[in-house]
Amino acid sequence: MSQDNYIEHHLEHLTLNLKTFTLGEGGGFWTLNLDTFVVGLLTALIIAVVFRYIAARMQSGVPGKLQNFVEVVIGFVDRTVNESYHGKSQLIAPLALTIFCWIFLMNTLDLLPVDLVPTILNMFGVTHFKIVPTADPNMTFAMSISIFFLIIFYNITVKGWHLGKEILTKPFGPYLFPLNILFRVLEEVARPFSLALRLFGNMFAGEVIFVLIAMMPWWVQWLPGGVWAIFHILIITIQAFIFMMLSIAYLSMAHDSH
Amino acid sequence: MEIASLVAEVQSFKAIAAALLIGFAGLGTAIGFGILGGKFVEGVARQPELSNMLMVRVFIMAGLVDAFAVISIALGLIVFFTSGQFLTPVLEAAKLASVATTG
Repeated sequence: MSQDNYIEHHLEHLTLNLKTFTLGEGGGFWTLNLDTFVVGLLTALIIAVVFRYIAARMQSGVPGKLQNFVEVVIGFVDRTVNESYHGKSQLIAPLALTIFCWIFLMNTLDLLPVDLVPTILNMFGVTHFKIVPTADPNMTFAMSISIFFLIIFYNITVKGWHLGKEILTKPFGPYLFPLNILFRVLEEVARPFSLALRLFGNMFAGEVIFVLIAMMPWWVQWLPGGVWAIFHILIITIQAFIFMMLSIAYLSMAHDSH
Repeated sequence: MEIASLVAEVQSFKAIAAALLIGFAGLGTAIGFGILGGKFVEGVARQPELSNMLMVRVFIMAGLVDAFAVISIALGLIVFFTSGQFLTPVLEAAKLASVATTG
């Protein structure tokens, strides 16, 4: 495979054409990226099963290693939520836990060698496979649009009619209300876009750099590959944490009223 | 050779566009991280006992500062590595033109 083809081959998804229900191109808007869908579902199931197993067999006294790890994660998310969110909803903390663990696990799949999973799946006849779901803008936009709808829902249910007053008067005072409405709309629309594109950009750029490193001769690859993998571990954690923290911040702003 | 020169023109502009996107992203991020790091060191010099808390905040801010730079980088890489929609209209127009002259 030539240089350009190698990169393009690694940037293509396994698509399901929803108009004809066959694998391959041609669906336009109506394509489902099967690799994103399957890997996202599998990672979510792994997290759900592990956490449920630990919760069902909780032991007080000296905890085992897995229970200890789960407790550390849950304590961390709980502290972060309590710092920013002062409302009473039961949804925010489990949502934050889901976001953090799911995004972190999906991002971690980027650390596997670039050709490993596609080569294994090629033996079963699967031609293209991108293993990192968060390097697909569909996945990140799905998550951020869900958060966007949650923000709108909480704004309407918690603030009620005060929401109208808030939109019309917020930054500039009541007589400049068209400007207030414009700024509010821009700010609200910019939030899901920036959340989604931040995560997508980081993961996509990381993946492309791994592919570029994989194209070098094998005796050169270890140094840049090692350095970039270590840096990428930091980026993965930071991006998952930032997505969670910004979601909590936006949802708590939707609960605020002065 | 008309077609070759047209394709070369599109490809060269694609390369310049990708280089500008990635270059400016790097420039902005470098300046941003420099300022962020400088303020962090100043803060730690003023109150060394807050060093751990400030470091956590630095990483949070680093992730946020990174955001738009990395969006530009991702777009630059997409422009650079996929044939995209810059080349296909040129090729289709060239195909139509060649069909018109020979057909």
